[in-house]
Amino acid sequence: MFAARLPKRLPRPLPLLRRSVSSTPCRRSDALFVHRDTPYNNPKIPFEFTAENMKRAQEIISHYPPQYKKAATIPLLDLGQRQNKGWTSISVMNYVAKLLEMPPMRVYEVATFYTMFNREPIGENFVQVCTTTPCMLRGSYDILDTVCSHLGGIKPGDTTKDGKFTVIEVECQGACSNAPMIVVNDDFYEDLTPETTKKVLSAFAKGEKPKPGPQSGRHTSENSAGLTALTYHTQPYGPGEFCQPEFQ
Amino acid sequence: MLRLVSSASKPASTGILTKVVPSSCSTLGGRRTIASTSARQADITLTVDGKEVTVPQGSALIQACEAAGATIPRFCYHDRLAIAGNCRMCLVEVERSPKPVASCAMPAMPGAKVFTNTPLVHEAREGVMEFLLANHPLDCPICDQGGECDLQDQSMRYGADRTRFHEITGKRAVEDKDLGPLVKTSMNRCIQCTRCVRFANEVAGVEELGTTGRGNDMQIGMYVEKTMDSELSGNIVDLCPVGALTSKPYAFHARPWELKHTDSIDVMDAVGSNIRVDSRGTTVMRVQPRPNDDVNEEWISDKTRYAYDGLRFQRLTTPLVKQGDRFVAASWEDALTAVANGLAKSGAQGDEIQAVAGHLADTEAMVALKDLINRLGSDNLTLDAVGGHAAPVHAVDVRSNYLFNATVPGVQEADVILLVGSNPRHEAAVLNSRIRKSWLHTPLEIGLIGERIDTAYGYDYLGADAKAVADFVAGKGEFAQKFKAAKKPLIIVGSAVVEHPDGAAVFNALAKYVEQNKSTLLTPEWNGFGVLQRVASRAAAYDIGFVPSKKASTTKPKFIYLLNADEVDPKSIPQDAFVVYQGHHGDLGAQLADVCLPAAAYTEKSTTWVNTEGRTQLGRAAVPPPGASREDWKIIRALSEIVGNPLPYDDVLNLRDRMWEISPSLVRYDVTERTSVETALAGLKTMAVGTAKATVSGKAFTKPINNFYQTDPISRASVTMAQCTRAFVKGENYGFSELSSASEAAYA
Repeated sequence: MFAARLPKRLPRPLPLLRRSVSSTPCRRSDALFVHRDTPYNNPKIPFEFTAENMKRAQEIISHYPPQYKKAATIPLLDLGQRQNKGWTSISVMNYVAKLLEMPPMRVYEVATFYTMFNREPIGENFVQVCTTTPCMLRGSYDILDTVCSHLGGIKPGDTTKDGKFTVIEVECQGACSNAPMIVVNDDFYEDLTPETTKKVLSAFAKGEKPKPGPQSGRHTSENSAGLTALTYHTQPYGPGEFCQPEFQ
Repeated sequence: MLRLVSSASKPASTGILTKVVPSSCSTLGGRRTIASTSARQADITLTVDGKEVTVPQGSALIQACEAAGATIPRFCYHDRLAIAGNCRMCLVEVERSPKPVASCAMPAMPGAKVFTNTPLVHEAREGVMEFLLANHPLDCPICDQGGECDLQDQSMRYGADRTRFHEITGKRAVEDKDLGPLVKTSMNRCIQCTRCVRFANEVAGVEELGTTGRGNDMQIGMYVEKTMDSELSGNIVDLCPVGALTSKPYAFHARPWELKHTDSIDVMDAVGSNIRVDSRGTTVMRVQPRPNDDVNEEWISDKTRYAYDGLRFQRLTTPLVKQGDRFVAASWEDALTAVANGLAKSGAQGDEIQAVAGHLADTEAMVALKDLINRLGSDNLTLDAVGGHAAPVHAVDVRSNYLFNATVPGVQEADVILLVGSNPRHEAAVLNSRIRKSWLHTPLEIGLIGERIDTAYGYDYLGADAKAVADFVAGKGEFAQKFKAAKKPLIIVGSAVVEHPDGAAVFNALAKYVEQNKSTLLTPEWNGFGVLQRVASRAAAYDIGFVPSKKASTTKPKFIYLLNADEVDPKSIPQDAFVVYQGHHGDLGAQLADVCLPAAAYTEKSTTWVNTEGRTQLGRAAVPPPGASREDWKIIRALSEIVGNPLPYDDVLNLRDRMWEISPSLVRYDVTERTSVETALAGLKTMAVGTAKATVSGKAFTKPINNFYQTDPISRASVTMAQCTRAFVKGENYGFSELSSASEAAYA
């Protein structure tokens, strides 16, 4: 008799998609902030500055008071990265720590903080495509797509199979007046179009180094339409011209 | 190892509003003045919530607020650590400040008007809390911190009552780190307060913990895979305001509200750290530190914290009498009669009756045992140490000969420290953190004679043996000169030196040296000569005169009473001697015994402990002793009755009266009594006279503790300590460590 009082429960249709056990998607960052030993990156791989780099390192260290030797961490890591084919391996970090007599962890902290230290190997040419707002407005995603497809359909963060190029997407490089731009190794290639981008990359693929800077014919960041202001005076003002009589 | 400290990292003070560590800036000599903001001790006055409050200049605003009675929520701020200012929970409103300010990172300014209870502050805190919770998992029911979690408590008090979190991408996920067998990590819960990082770097000297990455991806860790090899690592569990770092052995064992707290004293080393024993029913569930600025500040060593599980294993719970080669359980009556019969049968007379006081013997038991043995006509009172059968080379007539006279907090006043045959890191881990603190923040110089060790600070290595001591006394070398020039020099002699063949020579040389340099080493304010004991019972044993007479020390014993003595050399016990072991663990001592009398461990009895500086402290029973075991002094009292020589005290109060007769300092609790200069000098003179004939063998000093984690029966029975031994001492299972430990040693 109590059964009659109970509300009639209709079987509900099961939701189409069952929730998996963990609903938290893995949030991927560009890089891992812990070190994993790999055959190509482990502390047993030796690293030491070349004699020439050692001289530079000593010079850098000499800029700072002896008790603040650790201030040289960033320049030395950079030096190490350049010597180590563009990436900062754990051995580089350990070496820098040893050189500066500081705990290795302090160097790891610096190296993981700054995104310009690559902690994974990169290709011969490191292509960084800026996609921050000014570049984006000027079509940087087209440039990024061009770069990726031109290099054989890789994705940002990947290295080409032949190991010649690594592409990543980066934030503003400070060349907004020449947007869109890419950075290849240490040089800026600006005012790009998909065509000029391909040209630049092809040159690098051949082992050449195209001329850095604007690829549109501009010299620097002058107005691409020529002078638009101050055009009526062909000559600069002479001294005293247009001044009050007493100053003429 | 360079002592680099960022300018903000000097702990503001040892406690709220206590004066900052006395600055020794005047002795800097222009060197390493990196972190020294000059300690100007002027007081300033400001207003907090309309209440005027006066604090020393240089205090943080949060301290001023605390002094005014306003509670400020915080996660990253900690009294004893450097200021980070990264949790933003301690926001308060300051008049004429456009934004709320983080009170921990803001110095208190004279005349400032601070408000801690305004709508702006409430809103700010609520906002900060919301951000902190945005990435914090909602796993309180399965989190070990639940019930004692700062984040939980403060979100109840200051947080919003509803969520606005609808993030499609979900919460941040961080992988857990393996820090070893002591600290369990659950890094998703981390709120990046960096307390653990600051503790590891400043206090523990493990400069391997840090933060990697940045922004939302920042995480705490070592970057490389390795364990946190520090004898103080357990403290980061306490420091962690959330459940990111929890205790691995305690994981899922109890909830804080189920536990009974008992304030007690630690016996794993001679520092006498103040602890709180948390028990449930008859089991000790965990051991926590209890703040005491004069002893352990807020830290305890890992052995203190984690060896408690040894209290459950290998216990003697019933009296045992040996029949043939087997122990047979017996009643107390039978066992005590067996002892009395054994004593009679062995025919031991006078000094042939020997008592050995072990590492964990409490003062009451030692007093009772000494009285009993003396009443039986013997003076053969020996200690469970190498050479313990003879009187120690430093005489025990004057307290200052064997105590750590500079006191534990006094270590921070020293400007030069000489360590002789001592490794404070393992013999007194908490004291070592004080030396490190001083080394980081003052121009303290440290010299070491003895085996090379990895202290947590840099030192000048002077040599390995007594010859180095002689050189030092002769003033040879740069360090000896520095030592002479110092204002508050400190000589720390390790307790192992007493046990060393050259101990007499070393004490002789040092006693003369102290006498010669009494203008700095021995003044009414400063006694710079001290022995660092490493065994909880030793200072008390010396205090009550638990040492053999000259005649007794050469007598071959026929009856041996081992009181908690588990380090005895089996060869030192004659085959035909009758051996009684009284103690709580079936360890080495029990194996040698003919009769075992089960006693209480330190968590099960309320007894007196005298630490290395002569501070008498009272431990308290947290749980009852297991099975038929009884408190130590009661066993001896009962035995005295059976051997027909009853001791004249029936309860512990009478026994403590007897202790007062022996030495009043044994019942003056929680204070250290300074020996006067004259007495100390007289003591040194006796020491010098007593050791005048000593010769130098030139044998190198060795460290007495090779395995920090297993030094006594409790820690040897502990599973956790066994795991620590495997992980840290033997380095099993954790492969990565070899590189980093080598590099650490390079900076030491």
